[in-house]
Amino acid sequence: MGLENVIAEALPEVLTTRLDSLINWARKSSLWPATFGLACCAIEMMNATSARNDLARFGSEVFRASPRQADVMIVSGRVSRKMAPVLRRIYDQMPEPKWVISMGACATSGGVFDNYAIVQGVDKIVPVDVYIPGCPPRPEMLIHAVMMLQDKVMKESVRDRRDILEAEAREAVVPGTLPITDGSTARQNTLPETRPYTIASRHERRRSS
Amino acid sequence: MAEPEKPEASSISSQPSEPTPSPLVAAFQREHPDWVVQVIEALGETTLVVPKESIASICSFLKTWSETRFDFLSDLCGADRGVEEEPRFEVNYHLFSTTKHHRWRLKVLLNEDNIHVDSVTGVWRTANWHERETFDLFGVVFDGHPDLRRILLPEDWQGHSLRKDFPLRGYEPYSLK
Repeated sequence: MGLENVIAEALPEVLTTRLDSLINWARKSSLWPATFGLACCAIEMMNATSARNDLARFGSEVFRASPRQADVMIVSGRVSRKMAPVLRRIYDQMPEPKWVISMGACATSGGVFDNYAIVQGVDKIVPVDVYIPGCPPRPEMLIHAVMMLQDKVMKESVRDRRDILEAEAREAVVPGTLPITDGSTARQNTLPETRPYTIASRHERRRSS
Repeated sequence: MAEPEKPEASSISSQPSEPTPSPLVAAFQREHPDWVVQVIEALGETTLVVPKESIASICSFLKTWSETRFDFLSDLCGADRGVEEEPRFEVNYHLFSTTKHHRWRLKVLLNEDNIHVDSVTGVWRTANWHERETFDLFGVVFDGHPDLRRILLPEDWQGHSLRKDFPLRGYEPYSLK
Protein backbone atom coordinates (compact mmCIF):
# COMPACT_ATOMS: atom_id res chain seq x y z
CA MET A 1 0.00 0.00 0.00
CA GLY A 2 2.99 2.21 0.20
CA LEU A 3 4.88 4.12 -2.41
CA GLU A 4 6.86 1.10 -3.48
CA ASN A 5 3.71 -0.66 -4.69
CA VAL A 6 2.82 2.25 -6.93
CA ILE A 7 6.35 2.38 -8.30
CA ALA A 8 6.43 -1.36 -8.82
CA GLU A 9 3.26 -1.20 -10.85
CA ALA A 10 4.33 1.81 -12.87
CA LEU A 11 7.91 0.82 -13.61
CA PRO A 12 9.48 -2.29 -15.07
CA GLU A 13 11.66 -4.44 -12.89
CA VAL A 14 14.83 -3.61 -14.74
CA LEU A 15 16.17 -0.13 -15.27
CA THR A 16 19.10 0.74 -17.47
CA THR A 17 21.34 3.68 -16.68
CA ARG A 18 24.91 4.79 -16.97
CA LEU A 19 27.22 3.46 -14.32
CA ASP A 20 28.55 6.95 -13.70
CA SER A 21 25.09 8.25 -13.02
CA LEU A 22 24.35 5.54 -10.52
CA ILE A 23 27.64 5.82 -8.66
CA ASN A 24 27.66 9.59 -8.67
CA TRP A 25 24.11 9.64 -7.42
CA ALA A 26 25.12 7.39 -4.55
CA ARG A 27 28.17 9.51 -3.81
CA LYS A 28 26.45 12.85 -3.86
CA SER A 29 23.59 11.65 -1.72
CA SER A 30 25.81 10.97 1.26
CA LEU A 31 28.58 13.50 1.41
CA TRP A 32 30.08 13.08 4.84
CA PRO A 33 32.19 16.06 5.90
CA ALA A 34 35.26 15.76 8.05
CA THR A 35 35.12 17.88 11.16
CA PHE A 36 37.67 20.58 10.57
CA GLY A 37 36.54 23.71 12.38
CA LEU A 38 39.34 26.25 12.44
CA ALA A 39 37.78 29.59 13.35
CA CYS A 40 34.52 31.51 13.51
CA CYS A 41 33.34 29.98 10.22
CA ALA A 42 33.07 26.72 12.12
CA ILE A 43 30.28 28.22 14.20
CA GLU A 44 28.28 28.80 11.03
CA MET A 45 29.20 25.30 9.86
CA MET A 46 27.78 23.85 13.06
CA ASN A 47 24.71 25.97 12.61
CA ALA A 48 24.22 24.61 9.11
CA THR A 49 23.54 21.18 10.59
CA SER A 50 21.29 22.42 13.35
CA ALA A 51 17.53 22.21 13.41
CA ARG A 52 16.88 25.55 11.74
CA ASN A 53 19.01 25.03 8.65
CA ASP A 54 19.22 21.24 8.65
CA LEU A 55 21.88 20.28 6.16
CA ALA A 56 20.66 16.70 6.59
CA ARG A 57 17.94 17.41 4.04
CA PHE A 58 20.66 17.16 1.39
CA GLY A 59 22.37 14.07 2.75
CA SER A 60 25.40 15.69 4.28
CA GLU A 61 24.84 15.95 7.97
CA VAL A 62 27.16 13.33 9.42
CA PHE A 63 30.31 15.13 10.48
CA ARG A 64 32.96 12.50 11.06
CA ALA A 65 35.70 12.92 13.57
CA SER A 66 37.91 10.55 11.59
CA PRO A 67 39.11 11.52 8.12
CA ARG A 68 39.02 7.84 7.15
CA GLN A 69 35.24 8.02 7.10
CA ALA A 70 34.84 11.38 5.40
CA ASP A 71 34.23 12.38 1.79
CA VAL A 72 34.47 16.14 1.90
CA MET A 73 36.62 18.43 4.00
CA ILE A 74 35.09 21.79 4.86
CA VAL A 75 38.00 24.09 5.65
CA SER A 76 36.15 26.55 7.84
CA GLY A 77 38.41 29.36 8.87
CA ARG A 78 41.92 30.68 8.63
CA VAL A 79 44.74 28.17 8.18
CA SER A 80 47.88 29.08 10.04
CA ARG A 81 51.22 27.95 8.70
CA LYS A 82 51.68 25.70 11.65
CA MET A 83 48.34 24.07 10.95
CA ALA A 84 49.01 23.68 7.22
CA PRO A 85 50.92 20.36 7.39
CA VAL A 86 48.25 18.99 9.70
CA LEU A 87 45.54 19.95 7.25
CA ARG A 88 47.41 18.35 4.40
CA ARG A 89 47.90 15.19 6.44
CA ILE A 90 44.21 14.95 7.22
CA TYR A 91 43.43 15.47 3.55
CA ASP A 92 45.83 12.68 2.64
CA GLN A 93 44.18 10.39 5.15
CA MET A 94 40.79 10.78 3.55
CA PRO A 95 39.94 7.97 1.13
CA GLU A 96 39.16 8.65 -2.49
CA PRO A 97 36.95 10.10 -3.79
CA LYS A 98 37.26 13.28 -1.78
CA TRP A 99 36.39 16.90 -2.18
CA VAL A 100 37.26 20.14 -0.44
CA ILE A 101 35.10 23.15 0.30
CA SER A 102 36.96 26.33 1.17
CA MET A 103 34.62 28.18 3.50
CA GLY A 104 34.96 31.88 4.05
CA ALA A 105 37.34 34.63 3.01
CA CYS A 106 40.21 33.44 5.21
CA ALA A 107 40.34 29.89 3.90
CA THR A 108 39.92 31.14 0.34
CA SER A 109 42.45 33.95 0.26
CA GLY A 110 43.74 34.66 3.74
CA GLY A 111 41.09 37.30 4.27
CA VAL A 112 42.10 40.23 6.40
CA PHE A 113 45.03 38.25 7.80
CA ASP A 114 47.60 39.26 5.21
CA ASN A 115 50.59 38.36 7.34
CA TYR A 116 53.26 35.77 7.89
CA ALA A 117 51.24 33.52 10.14
CA ILE A 118 48.31 32.70 7.86
CA VAL A 119 48.36 30.69 4.65
CA GLN A 120 47.04 32.93 1.90
CA GLY A 121 44.43 30.53 0.62
CA VAL A 122 44.03 26.87 1.44
CA ASP A 123 44.35 26.05 -2.27
CA LYS A 124 48.09 26.37 -1.79
CA ILE A 125 47.88 23.14 0.20
CA VAL A 126 44.94 21.08 -1.09
CA PRO A 127 42.90 21.26 -4.29
CA VAL A 128 39.65 23.07 -3.65
CA ASP A 129 36.38 22.28 -5.39
CA VAL A 130 34.06 25.00 -4.13
CA TYR A 131 34.91 28.40 -2.69
CA ILE A 132 32.51 30.28 -0.45
CA PRO A 133 32.94 34.03 0.06
CA GLY A 134 31.82 35.80 3.19
CA CYS A 135 33.12 36.64 6.61
CA PRO A 136 31.69 34.40 7.85
CA PRO A 137 29.31 32.93 5.26
CA ARG A 138 25.80 32.28 6.39
CA PRO A 139 24.71 28.63 6.78
CA GLU A 140 22.59 29.02 3.68
CA MET A 141 25.73 29.74 1.70
CA LEU A 142 27.38 26.59 3.00
CA ILE A 143 24.31 24.59 2.06
CA HIS A 144 24.41 26.18 -1.36
CA ALA A 145 28.06 25.22 -1.67
CA VAL A 146 27.26 21.63 -0.74
CA MET A 147 24.58 21.56 -3.40
CA MET A 148 27.02 22.99 -5.94
CA LEU A 149 29.45 20.28 -4.97
CA GLN A 150 26.73 17.72 -5.51
CA ASP A 151 26.20 19.07 -9.00
CA LYS A 152 29.90 18.77 -9.60
CA VAL A 153 29.94 15.22 -8.32
CA MET A 154 27.22 14.32 -10.78
CA LYS A 155 29.40 15.51 -13.65
CA GLU A 156 32.34 13.34 -12.68
CA SER A 157 33.21 9.97 -14.07
CA VAL A 158 34.28 6.83 -12.32
CA ARG A 159 37.30 6.59 -14.56
CA ASP A 160 38.34 10.12 -13.80
CA ARG A 161 40.03 9.49 -10.52
CA ARG A 162 41.96 12.04 -8.57
CA ASP A 163 44.99 9.74 -8.65
CA ILE A 164 45.56 10.81 -12.24
CA LEU A 165 45.56 14.42 -11.17
CA GLU A 166 47.77 13.92 -8.16
CA ALA A 167 50.69 15.76 -9.69
CA GLU A 168 48.42 18.64 -10.57
CA ALA A 169 46.77 18.52 -7.19
CA ARG A 170 50.02 19.02 -5.39
CA GLU A 171 50.79 22.13 -7.35
CA ALA A 172 49.73 25.45 -6.00
CA VAL A 173 46.78 26.15 -8.23
CA VAL A 174 45.23 29.51 -8.87
CA PRO A 175 41.60 29.68 -7.72
CA GLY A 176 39.26 28.67 -10.49
CA THR A 177 41.86 26.87 -12.56
CA LEU A 178 41.39 23.41 -11.12
CA PRO A 179 40.72 20.95 -13.94
CA ILE A 180 37.07 20.16 -14.31
CA THR A 181 36.68 16.49 -13.56
CA ASP A 182 33.77 15.61 -15.81
CA GLY A 183 35.53 12.69 -17.44
CA SER A 184 37.05 14.78 -20.19
CA THR A 185 40.58 14.15 -19.01
CA ALA A 186 40.23 10.42 -19.26
CA ARG A 187 38.50 10.61 -22.63
CA GLN A 188 41.01 12.91 -24.22
CA ASN A 189 43.98 10.83 -23.25
CA THR A 190 44.07 7.29 -24.37
CA LEU A 191 43.19 4.95 -21.60
CA PRO A 192 46.22 3.86 -19.59
CA GLU A 193 47.35 0.28 -19.73
CA THR A 194 46.80 -0.29 -16.04
CA ARG A 195 43.82 1.05 -14.30
CA PRO A 196 44.53 3.89 -11.92
CA TYR A 197 42.69 2.22 -9.08
CA THR A 198 45.34 -0.30 -8.40
CA ILE A 199 43.74 -3.26 -6.70
CA ALA A 200 43.22 -5.99 -9.24
CA SER A 201 39.96 -7.82 -9.06
CA ARG A 202 39.85 -11.40 -7.94
CA HIS A 203 39.24 -12.61 -11.49
CA GLU A 204 42.25 -10.78 -12.85
CA ARG A 205 44.49 -12.13 -10.15
CA ARG A 206 43.35 -15.66 -10.87
CA ARG A 207 43.94 -15.20 -14.57
CA SER A 208 47.48 -13.95 -14.08
CA SER A 209 48.54 -16.74 -11.79
CA MET B 1 48.41 48.72 44.89
CA ALA B 2 47.98 47.94 48.54
CA GLU B 3 51.32 49.51 49.20
CA PRO B 4 51.06 52.93 50.89
CA GLU B 5 51.66 55.76 48.47
CA LYS B 6 54.28 58.39 48.83
CA PRO B 7 53.60 60.73 51.77
CA GLU B 8 53.93 63.90 49.71
CA ALA B 9 51.26 63.17 47.13
CA SER B 10 50.95 66.83 46.19
CA SER B 11 54.62 67.15 45.42
CA ILE B 12 54.36 65.01 42.28
CA SER B 13 53.26 68.00 40.24
CA SER B 14 55.62 70.41 41.95
CA GLN B 15 58.81 68.45 41.32
CA PRO B 16 58.27 65.85 38.60
CA SER B 17 61.94 65.53 37.74
CA GLU B 18 63.15 63.68 40.83
CA PRO B 19 60.27 62.02 42.65
CA THR B 20 61.01 60.24 45.87
CA PRO B 21 60.67 56.48 45.50
CA SER B 22 58.08 54.71 47.53
CA PRO B 23 59.19 53.30 50.91
CA LEU B 24 59.31 49.78 49.64
CA VAL B 25 61.53 50.69 46.69
CA ALA B 26 63.69 52.80 48.98
CA ALA B 27 64.08 49.87 51.34
CA PHE B 28 65.06 47.67 48.43
CA GLN B 29 67.60 50.23 47.29
CA ARG B 30 69.08 50.40 50.78
CA GLU B 31 69.28 46.62 50.85
CA HIS B 32 70.96 46.26 47.45
CA PRO B 33 71.97 49.62 45.99
CA ASP B 34 73.78 48.07 43.01
CA TRP B 35 70.69 46.21 41.85
CA VAL B 36 68.66 49.26 40.90
CA VAL B 37 69.64 51.16 37.78
CA GLN B 38 66.52 53.26 37.47
CA VAL B 39 63.18 53.59 39.24
CA ILE B 40 60.10 54.55 37.24
CA GLU B 41 56.95 55.11 39.25
CA ALA B 42 54.05 56.28 37.12
CA LEU B 43 50.30 55.69 36.98
CA GLY B 44 50.43 53.66 40.16
CA GLU B 45 52.89 51.20 38.69
CA THR B 46 56.40 50.52 39.89
CA THR B 47 59.07 49.66 37.37
CA LEU B 48 62.68 48.92 38.21
CA VAL B 49 65.37 48.77 35.58
CA VAL B 50 67.87 46.24 36.85
CA PRO B 51 71.25 45.03 35.59
CA LYS B 52 70.91 41.94 33.47
CA GLU B 53 73.83 40.08 35.01
CA SER B 54 72.06 39.70 38.35
CA ILE B 55 68.46 39.19 37.24
CA ALA B 56 68.26 35.63 38.58
CA SER B 57 69.59 36.57 42.00
CA ILE B 58 67.34 39.63 42.12
CA CYS B 59 64.32 37.51 41.39
CA SER B 60 65.17 34.87 43.93
CA PHE B 61 65.77 37.61 46.49
CA LEU B 62 62.47 39.36 45.79
CA LYS B 63 60.66 36.06 45.99
CA THR B 64 61.86 35.31 49.49
CA TRP B 65 62.39 38.79 50.95
CA SER B 66 59.86 39.35 53.73
CA GLU B 67 59.00 42.85 52.50
CA THR B 68 58.04 41.84 48.97
CA ARG B 69 57.33 38.10 48.79
CA PHE B 70 56.79 38.02 45.03
CA ASP B 71 55.75 34.40 44.87
CA PHE B 72 54.03 34.67 41.48
CA LEU B 73 55.44 35.60 38.09
CA SER B 74 52.33 36.88 36.36
CA ASP B 75 54.04 37.61 33.07
CA LEU B 76 57.37 37.59 31.32
CA CYS B 77 57.60 39.22 27.92
CA GLY B 78 60.02 40.80 25.52
CA ALA B 79 59.87 44.07 23.65
CA ASP B 80 61.65 45.54 20.66
CA ARG B 81 62.22 49.24 21.21
CA GLY B 82 63.15 49.86 17.59
CA VAL B 83 65.92 48.97 15.19
CA GLU B 84 67.89 52.15 15.80
CA GLU B 85 67.51 52.07 19.57
CA GLU B 86 70.42 51.18 21.77
CA PRO B 87 69.87 49.02 23.74
CA ARG B 88 67.30 47.60 21.42
CA PHE B 89 65.58 44.84 23.36
CA GLU B 90 64.08 44.61 26.79
CA VAL B 91 62.67 41.77 28.86
CA ASN B 92 59.95 42.60 31.35
CA TYR B 93 59.17 40.59 34.44
CA HIS B 94 55.78 41.23 36.00
CA LEU B 95 55.81 40.14 39.60
CA PHE B 96 52.86 39.71 41.91
CA SER B 97 52.59 38.75 45.54
CA THR B 98 49.61 36.64 46.44
CA THR B 99 50.01 37.45 50.13
CA LYS B 100 50.78 41.19 49.98
CA HIS B 101 48.82 41.92 46.77
CA HIS B 102 51.29 44.28 45.20
CA ARG B 103 53.01 44.30 41.84
CA TRP B 104 56.40 45.25 40.48
CA ARG B 105 57.80 45.25 37.03
CA LEU B 106 61.45 44.46 36.47
CA LYS B 107 63.04 45.54 33.20
CA VAL B 108 66.26 44.24 31.69
CA LEU B 109 67.81 46.01 28.71
CA LEU B 110 69.69 43.99 26.09
CA ASN B 111 71.86 44.91 23.18
CA GLU B 112 71.36 43.19 19.87
CA ASP B 113 74.90 41.86 19.70
CA ASN B 114 74.70 40.29 23.16
CA ILE B 115 71.14 39.13 23.50
CA HIS B 116 71.68 36.79 26.41
CA VAL B 117 70.07 36.90 29.83
CA ASP B 118 69.94 34.42 32.66
CA SER B 119 66.86 32.25 32.94
CA VAL B 120 64.58 32.59 35.95
CA THR B 121 63.06 29.14 35.61
CA GLY B 122 64.93 28.22 38.76
CA VAL B 123 62.93 30.84 40.66
CA TRP B 124 59.49 30.43 39.13
CA ARG B 125 58.87 27.31 37.08
CA THR B 126 56.15 29.10 35.11
CA ALA B 127 58.87 31.13 33.43
CA ASN B 128 59.66 28.12 31.26
CA TRP B 129 57.07 28.69 28.56
CA HIS B 130 57.19 32.46 28.88
CA GLU B 131 60.89 32.43 28.12
CA ARG B 132 60.34 30.04 25.25
CA GLU B 133 57.79 32.46 23.81
CA THR B 134 60.16 35.40 24.21
CA PHE B 135 62.90 33.41 22.53
CA ASP B 136 60.53 32.40 19.75
CA LEU B 137 59.26 35.86 18.90
CA PHE B 138 62.24 38.07 19.77
CA GLY B 139 65.27 35.80 19.73
CA VAL B 140 66.26 36.49 23.31
CA VAL B 141 68.46 33.64 24.52
CA PHE B 142 67.88 32.64 28.13
CA ASP B 143 70.99 31.04 29.55
CA GLY B 144 70.29 28.11 31.81
CA HIS B 145 66.86 27.39 30.39
CA PRO B 146 66.17 23.63 30.49
CA ASP B 147 64.44 23.40 27.10
CA LEU B 148 64.83 26.51 25.00
CA ARG B 149 63.09 25.92 21.67
CA ARG B 150 60.25 27.46 19.71
CA ILE B 151 56.79 27.22 21.19
CA LEU B 152 54.38 29.15 18.94
CA LEU B 153 55.89 29.29 15.48
CA PRO B 154 56.70 26.20 13.40
CA GLU B 155 59.95 24.52 14.30
CA ASP B 156 61.61 25.26 10.96
CA TRP B 157 60.75 28.94 11.09
CA GLN B 158 63.32 31.48 9.94
CA GLY B 159 63.70 34.63 12.01
CA HIS B 160 61.87 36.06 14.99
CA SER B 161 58.58 37.49 13.94
CA LEU B 162 57.88 40.19 16.53
CA ARG B 163 61.09 42.07 15.79
CA LYS B 164 60.47 45.43 14.22
CA ASP B 165 62.51 44.60 11.12
CA PHE B 166 60.67 41.34 10.43
CA PRO B 167 58.58 41.71 7.25
CA LEU B 168 54.87 41.46 7.89
CA ARG B 169 54.37 38.79 5.26
CA GLY B 170 57.44 36.80 6.20
CA TYR B 171 60.50 36.16 4.14
CA GLU B 172 58.99 33.93 1.47
CA PRO B 173 55.56 33.01 0.16
CA TYR B 174 54.27 29.77 1.52
CA SER B 175 53.01 26.67 -0.18
CA LEU B 176 53.26 23.09 0.86
CA LYS B 177 55.00 20.94 -1.67
